[in-house]
Amino acid sequence: MKRLPVLWLLLWVCALYSAGIYLFVGGFLLVRLEVNRTSTCGDVLQPGEEPADFCRVQPRFRRAVLLIVDALKIDFTWFDPHNAAPRPYENKLPVLEETVSSRPAHSRLYPFRADPPTTTMQRIKGFTTGSLPTFVDVGNNFASSAILEDNLIHQFGQVGKRVVFMGDDTWENLFPKKFHRSLPFPSFNVKDLHTVDNGILQHLYTTMVSDDWDILVAHFLGVDHCGHRFGPDHPAMADKLTQMNGVIRSVMDRLQNDTLLVVMGDHGMTDTGDHGGESQKETDAAIFLYSPSPLFPAAPSETQCTQHVRLQFASTSPHELLVIADQSEPDVVPQTDLVPTLALLLGVPIPYSSVGQVLLPVFPPHGQTKGAVGGLSQLEALWINAKQVNRFLETYSGMAKDIPPESLSRLKADFSRLSSEYLATVRRGRPPSPQLAASLQAYLTSVRDTCRATWARFNPLKMAAGLAILAFACLTCFVLSELSFELIREDGTGLRAPVAAALMTGGCVAAGQLSARGYVEVAWCLAAAALSSELLFLWRARRSGIAGAEKIGPTSGWLTPRRLLAPPVLVPLLRCASLLSDSYVIAEGRAVTFLVLSLALYIPIRLNWDGLLLPPSHDSLKAAGILPPPALSPSTVRKESGTLLACLGLLVGSLYLSLSFHACREEQGSCQPSPFLSPLSRLQDSRLKNLHYVLSVFALALWTYLLRRCLRHYGNLNSASGAVFAARWVLLLLSVCLALYWAVSATPEDSFRNLAELIAMAQLALPRAAFCLLGLGLALIWLDPLTVYAKTKVQASARGPSVPPRYRASTAISPQAELHHLIPQIYQRMRRSLDDDGELSAGSEADGRPAVEAYGLGTVYSAPLVLFCGLLGMGLLLLHPEGMALSFLLLLLQMGAVLHIHASSTTLSGLHGAGSGCFNVPWTPVVLWSLAATQFFHATGHLPTFPSIQWGAAFVGFPEGHTGTVLPASLVTLNTFASHILFSVGCPLLLFWPLVCEVRGGRPGTACSEEGEDAVMEMRLRENPQQFSSALLQLSTRYLFVLGAQVFASVCAAAILRRHLMVWKVFAPKLMFEASGFLVSSASLLIGVTLVLRVDVAVGRWFKRLIPDASR
Amino acid sequence: MWDHEIRAMASTHAIIAASVFMATVVPAALVRGFSVYGTHLPWLYAVSGAVAAVSVAAFWLLGISPPTKKHTLGYKEFPKSRCQAFSKGSQDKLIYKLSRLFRSCVYFFLSCLFFHAVVVLYGAPLIESALETFSLAVLLTSLTTLRCLCVLGPNVQAWIRVFSRHGAMSVWDTCLQITVACTLVGAWVGAFPIPLDWDRPWQVWPVSCSLGATIGFLTGLVAAPAWIHYHRKQLTYKCK
Repeated sequence: MKRLPVLWLLLWVCALYSAGIYLFVGGFLLVRLEVNRTSTCGDVLQPGEEPADFCRVQPRFRRAVLLIVDALKIDFTWFDPHNAAPRPYENKLPVLEETVSSRPAHSRLYPFRADPPTTTMQRIKGFTTGSLPTFVDVGNNFASSAILEDNLIHQFGQVGKRVVFMGDDTWENLFPKKFHRSLPFPSFNVKDLHTVDNGILQHLYTTMVSDDWDILVAHFLGVDHCGHRFGPDHPAMADKLTQMNGVIRSVMDRLQNDTLLVVMGDHGMTDTGDHGGESQKETDAAIFLYSPSPLFPAAPSETQCTQHVRLQFASTSPHELLVIADQSEPDVVPQTDLVPTLALLLGVPIPYSSVGQVLLPVFPPHGQTKGAVGGLSQLEALWINAKQVNRFLETYSGMAKDIPPESLSRLKADFSRLSSEYLATVRRGRPPSPQLAASLQAYLTSVRDTCRATWARFNPLKMAAGLAILAFACLTCFVLSELSFELIREDGTGLRAPVAAALMTGGCVAAGQLSARGYVEVAWCLAAAALSSELLFLWRARRSGIAGAEKIGPTSGWLTPRRLLAPPVLVPLLRCASLLSDSYVIAEGRAVTFLVLSLALYIPIRLNWDGLLLPPSHDSLKAAGILPPPALSPSTVRKESGTLLACLGLLVGSLYLSLSFHACREEQGSCQPSPFLSPLSRLQDSRLKNLHYVLSVFALALWTYLLRRCLRHYGNLNSASGAVFAARWVLLLLSVCLALYWAVSATPEDSFRNLAELIAMAQLALPRAAFCLLGLGLALIWLDPLTVYAKTKVQASARGPSVPPRYRASTAISPQAELHHLIPQIYQRMRRSLDDDGELSAGSEADGRPAVEAYGLGTVYSAPLVLFCGLLGMGLLLLHPEGMALSFLLLLLQMGAVLHIHASSTTLSGLHGAGSGCFNVPWTPVVLWSLAATQFFHATGHLPTFPSIQWGAAFVGFPEGHTGTVLPASLVTLNTFASHILFSVGCPLLLFWPLVCEVRGGRPGTACSEEGEDAVMEMRLRENPQQFSSALLQLSTRYLFVLGAQVFASVCAAAILRRHLMVWKVFAPKLMFEASGFLVSSASLLIGVTLVLRVDVAVGRWFKRLIPDASR
Repeated sequence: MWDHEIRAMASTHAIIAASVFMATVVPAALVRGFSVYGTHLPWLYAVSGAVAAVSVAAFWLLGISPPTKKHTLGYKEFPKSRCQAFSKGSQDKLIYKLSRLFRSCVYFFLSCLFFHAVVVLYGAPLIESALETFSLAVLLTSLTTLRCLCVLGPNVQAWIRVFSRHGAMSVWDTCLQITVACTLVGAWVGAFPIPLDWDRPWQVWPVSCSLGATIGFLTGLVAAPAWIHYHRKQLTYKCK
């Protein structure tokens, strides 16, 4: 058979998909490295002075109140007295306007611009760290959401300020144990407008009048929830904003002179009340600063000016604004700027990774510092700020390479110039030139812009390219599955041109980039290569497809509504569509189970519709001159239908039971996670613990027994090869190891004190031994995959060349169970070559011809694969909580049920012997198989969310932890995608099972094998190597197509819904899980296919060895 | 070709559809607080009962009695397209009919249980709202199984036979295929909106499914005569 073309084609398809995923993810997921360093008081040195503790200097303000009104859009804060008929969200916060106009030296109102993603958690991170949080902040706290980067709250704690928090409980997750006192309220229910706000109001004023705080943070959620529920243009919004107005007013009344009040929104909202994206409506929140003591160097003219600006702001473009605005008065305050400003006003060091810039108006200009108490002048503040930003930039560029080198070097040069200038100025004691402040500001702005360009912007071009590549990859995969036979026939030469084109285009793009820009961006080279190779392939396929269609007949009309409504197409379509809705992604586990059940029920209904499920009645036989004679005898039909229905029952049962192993997302309100998910060691009730343990061990034993039973049934346990050794002993030992390990790990630590050391050692040794056994078993299967026992004996009785000896079953070797199925199988071709040999050697040895009995030859391909899956499943089970053994057992049963249903329906519909499409696997079982992978992803307690990753898997066998990251990462990956791996590796079984379960004797059509009866079961594949290759290719590409379509759908969801409220909570994690699931699945599929090809090589060798043996 | 049957079918279906409509409207007019969402289960029973009563009556009046068994009764083929058979002894007939009635009741109940099991397997809560689930099963039974009972009699073999491509032996069988498929597909589609977070009253279990089934059933009632009328040239039936 043609092995390499199959592998190459599959590799090529996988590479195409991966390129598409890589491109899209590169454009969509904004990645940034976290710098886990913190600023200290000693860092902030005044130039030219001896080292002094910055924190000891009297700060400008002793206390601060931060009122965060979630989704306080800048439009909500404008007040237009001339507006006669205000909308519900207009003119509802008059207190801000009144204060700004009546006390200009005390207050300011600015637009407060957020950086995307504009979701609350990312925003809280943003205005406490001063950085630009992205979706994936790569740090070492992937499991929890706590902020480890340096932040304001941490710095406040460092200098001993008491931070009191109340409101949105997101803060409690981000800053666990950082608050002096905290009153979190649940934020999850978007429909609830009042719980959080009322909870805050109960405590806010009493806290303020008490003296038990320095920093008070209150996060109101009502406005945001109101926006999500009703949208801004709704009377409820008017009520909420009016309430907020009252809150701000009463807080201002209770402020003392040394206290700063900051009222701000974390993001805005669109006209429908959503946020998350990067449109100006979502990014522009409001910030209001107020202090009872004078804060701003306000001249009345300036205030008017800001007022003027404000009135213009709504109507004019930002460009015009710049002309009107005063130079030191910013027209828009970026959210990052709050961090350095607050830090310097309150006398704490600026957090390490802040890229913000101090808000200049709150600092007095140079030379007026004497008047203000303990304040820094504008220039000093800028200098401290610039130094801190430069330090961060140096650290970051040392860690990550994502900032473009040319801008980095430019920024460095800027800073060194500015620093020498500043130092010279200070040393000479000259009043600084205004240009210096301006250029320091310009430096800070350009640093922030550089960082934002690197971290906080979707790259729509890359996303589009990724989408296009994925779409074409799906199409390619589909075409490949349709044309697999032609492609294999022409020996895989169809691949040469696309690959050459890919290399050429990729090289060209790289060269072009080198010459034009001086460096190569790998992503674009990949994109060009992948696209060109896909397009070339599709173009050629279209040509050859047309040629092929003429031969076969019209194959068009694929997209007719009738085809689309057929369940094998409809179910994947529904599955893909469901990925576009957050509700269905949240309920994915149940939705997939529903779809699998629907598709499974469709199989017998369809068979019945075609009249194949029941044996044809006599009446219709009589009447049928029209009907073809039945292909199968009625008893066979009855038996096969019985098998099919029994397996369907098994499938349905395991589907239903698998629902009880699901975990719960936090979005699912009334949901109890499965009790089997928690490890045994956490169970308190010892009877329950014992019950769980017994159940798990029972499942494990059944798993082992079923595997061995299956292999024994088909006679694969007789020979002395490595695979058989693995099946006989490694499997057994592995399960014993697992059972012992569970027992040890479930033992309560305090129960056997004197055995503590032994238990600790067992906890280390048992899983490691299991890993070793697993490795040994898999290696044995790989090295020696044949499970065929051949017995050669000289038949003395055979006389005369005219009667070639028949090969018959020997009762001596096999146990009874094998008798039914164990036909010594010999190969007509071998006989023929024996004949040839005989003729060549002049027929002298004609009488001494041997009879060869080969046990297990009929399942020579599937047996190693089944064994491989079984061993692998046991290894993966080791990484799961003990209770999941039951779920794994269900997985095995469901696999078997699907395989048998497929086999029976193939037999019933008489698909065998249909000419060229001999071994083709239809879409229905493939779809069933791939959906089952997702179903068991959920049924093994996994969810497509980051908090639900089972990190415990990394410590199985390594209770002390790891030194590197590769091993734990791969263990966790194996744990997370266990069902994907098992189903993908086992995918080729779909091809073999109808042959394994084939009904012998009743088959009239033997078009597949010209030799008739002698080549049976899987030997038929060897008879038709070309069809074998093409069927294997077709099966794999179909499987990849179904998986790829799901990836494509979730990529589309992420691209289309990138402004959706749930994008960072639901769609983006789903995309990452789907994409990594695809990558893992495709790798496992390649492993499975390679194993099959490896077996094929071994079978070829076996026959070669046999023939000289035989002809001796 | 089948004009007479199609006309009879269309009028029967109109009556059944009207009964569904009446079962919704009349109690709403008579009973205070009756609504499809609010008091869903009474509505469901009203619809099931109305459909059951009307279809039994209609099929009995139309005389579409199921083909009776060969060995007990005389068997004769008519030039007319409908396959019919008549019995001789009236005593035999009565006993036979009573036993059939009893068997039909048993089948009705079994079918309720069957639908209940299937719905639970599809993911309905097992214990919590068992009454709702069973009510849905009753509705599905009265929309589908009852029709099978009316047309084919308590004969599972015949039911299985009807749902195959060449299994229909009369216009009524084809009609049965269409309405049953529409009802079941409607109930299946009705499950789709349940996970959505819209918080509408019709998303509560089992409102959407029973509504889906009813709408599917009504669609089937309309579609069956229309489809048969449209395809009447192509329809050929073997006579048993």
